[in-house]
Amino acid sequence: MTWWERAYLFEILRGLGITGGIFIRNMWRWMTLRKGALTTYYPEETRIDYALRNRGKHVLTQRPDGRPQCIACNLCATICPAKVIEIEAAFDPEDAVHPKYPARFEIDYSRCIFCGLCVEACPEDAIRMVKEVPNLPTHDRSGLWLSLDELLTWNPQSDVAKPYPPGPVRKPAQRAS
Amino acid sequence: MIQDLVVYVLFISYAVAVLLVFGTVLTWVERKQAAIMSDRIGANRAYVRIPFTKVRLIWLGLFHGLADGLKMMLKEDFKPKTYDRFAYAIAPWVVFTPVLLVFAVIPFGGTLVPAELLRALPAAAAWFGDRTYPLQIARLDAGLLVVFAFGGLTIIGAMLAGWSSSNKFSMLGALRAGSQMISYELIMGLTVLGLIVIYASVDLGIIARAQSGVLLGFLPAWGLFYQPFAAVLFMTAAIAENKRIPFDLPEAESELIAGYYTEYSAMKMGLFMFAEFIEIAIIGALFTTLFLGGYNLPFMSDGGFTLPGGRVVALGHGTVVVVQMLVFLVKVLLVCSFQILVRWSLPRFRYDQLLKFAWKFMFPLALANLVVTAIVVWAVRT
Repeated sequence: MTWWERAYLFEILRGLGITGGIFIRNMWRWMTLRKGALTTYYPEETRIDYALRNRGKHVLTQRPDGRPQCIACNLCATICPAKVIEIEAAFDPEDAVHPKYPARFEIDYSRCIFCGLCVEACPEDAIRMVKEVPNLPTHDRSGLWLSLDELLTWNPQSDVAKPYPPGPVRKPAQRAS
Repeated sequence: MIQDLVVYVLFISYAVAVLLVFGTVLTWVERKQAAIMSDRIGANRAYVRIPFTKVRLIWLGLFHGLADGLKMMLKEDFKPKTYDRFAYAIAPWVVFTPVLLVFAVIPFGGTLVPAELLRALPAAAAWFGDRTYPLQIARLDAGLLVVFAFGGLTIIGAMLAGWSSSNKFSMLGALRAGSQMISYELIMGLTVLGLIVIYASVDLGIIARAQSGVLLGFLPAWGLFYQPFAAVLFMTAAIAENKRIPFDLPEAESELIAGYYTEYSAMKMGLFMFAEFIEIAIIGALFTTLFLGGYNLPFMSDGGFTLPGGRVVALGHGTVVVVQMLVFLVKVLLVCSFQILVRWSLPRFRYDQLLKFAWKFMFPLALANLVVTAIVVWAVRT
C-alpha cells in the first residue's frame, strides 16, 4: 500500500463518493418520476427481459381443435423428481384416434423445481415450458396449484407437433441391413 | 417561575418527541437509503388502512417502523435462566435512558422570547414579561462534560447485558463493546478538546452561538472550518462509539450472533435497537452543534441574516425561531444520512485492527490536533 492508501481517509472518501454518487443518481431518477432501481416491484410489475430459454412455467400444447395434446400417459408425472404433477386420465369413446385424455392435470408450483424433465419425458410434445412466470404470489397454499385451464392458455395453432386428426400412418423406412 | 415550568415542559416534550420520531423514522431512512444506494426499491409493503374504507396509506413504506415496533411488542419475551435477573432486566434501560438524556444539553434553536411571540395576546405577553429562554433544556456550564458522562453510561448497560445473559457470545460481545467504546470515547473527548480551546467554553449553547459569525470574510464560522481534522476524527469516533459498521464488532452477526443482546428478545431487544437509532440522531445533533454551526444558517444570527457584503436582512422573531429549529433538524437529518451512507459503504474491521486504529492511528492524530490548536490559539491571543 502506498502512504495515500494507508491514510485510510482518502480511499474511504473515494468509496463514499462512489456509493453516494449512486444514491444521488438513483434519488434524482426517483424525484424526476423515473425508475431509479434495477429491481421490479413484483408482482405488480414483472420483468419483460426474461431469457428466451428461461423455464418460467409450464404450458400444455393443444391440437387444432383446442383439445390438449396430452394423452395422459403419466410419463411426466413419473419422471418428475419433485412429484408435483397429478393427472387423472379419462376415456372418450367418441374420439377413436385419441380416446385417452386428461380430465385433470395439475401442477403444484409450491414444490416444482423447474427442472424441465417433464418436457423431455413427454412423447407427445404435450408439455412445454415458456419464459414467462406464472402469477404465483398468493395468501393461500392452494393458490399454488395450476389446473388444466390455466395450463391450456397457450394456443399456437401453427406450432402443434402432431396434426389432429392424424394423417395416414407412414411406415418407418426400413434400414438396410 | 410557573412561566419557566410551562416553557421547559414544552421544550422537554419537543425534545422527547423529536428523538422518538427520529428513532422511528431513521429505521425507514436506513432501509430506503440502503435500497436506493444499491439500485433496489426497498421496503414498501407495510400500510395503514383507514378504518371502514379500502384506502391504504403506504407512503413509500414509512409505516415499516411502526410494524417493527408492533412486532417487537407482541413477541414472546424470552428470559434466559440467568443468575442475575435484575441486571438482565435493567440493562436495556441503562442503555436507553442516557441516550435520551444527552439531548438535554444540546441547543436546538436560538433564543426564544415568549413576550415577542405572543404580542397578539397582551395578557400572555405580560405574564411572560421580559423573560428569554435559549432553546435548550438544560443550560449547564458542564454541557459537553454531561454528554460524555452520559455517553459513558451506555457502556455499563452493554457490559451488564453481556454479563447477565450467561451466554458466551453475549460475554464476548460485551467485552468487545466495553474496550471499543472506552477507546473511542477517549478519542472523541480529545478531538472535542480542540474546540473547547477555541471557544473557551464547554457550554454547547455558547459554542453554537459563537458559530454564527463569519470567518475570513466569507466562510461561516463553523467548527468544521476551524477544526476540519477534528471533525473527521470526531465523526469516526462517534460511529465507533455507536457500534455501527465499520465498527460493529460487538454485534458482528457472522461471529457473535448479535453480540451482547443475543439473549434479549421482544421489546427489550427493541430498546437496544431503538437506543442505537436514537444515538444516530444524537450523534447527528452533537456533530451539528459542534462542527456545523448548530441551528445557524450561514451568516444568520438571532436577529436575521448579515450577508458578507454588509447587507442586513432582519427577520421577525417568530420566523427566526422557526427557521432555526428547522435548520437544526435538517442538519441533523443530513448528518444521520451521512452515517447511514458510511454504514452501507464500508466493510467491517477486524478486532485487532479496530483497537490498533484507535490507539495507534487516531489517538496520536487527535493529540497532534490538540497540540497544534493550542499553540495556534495561544499565538493568536497573545
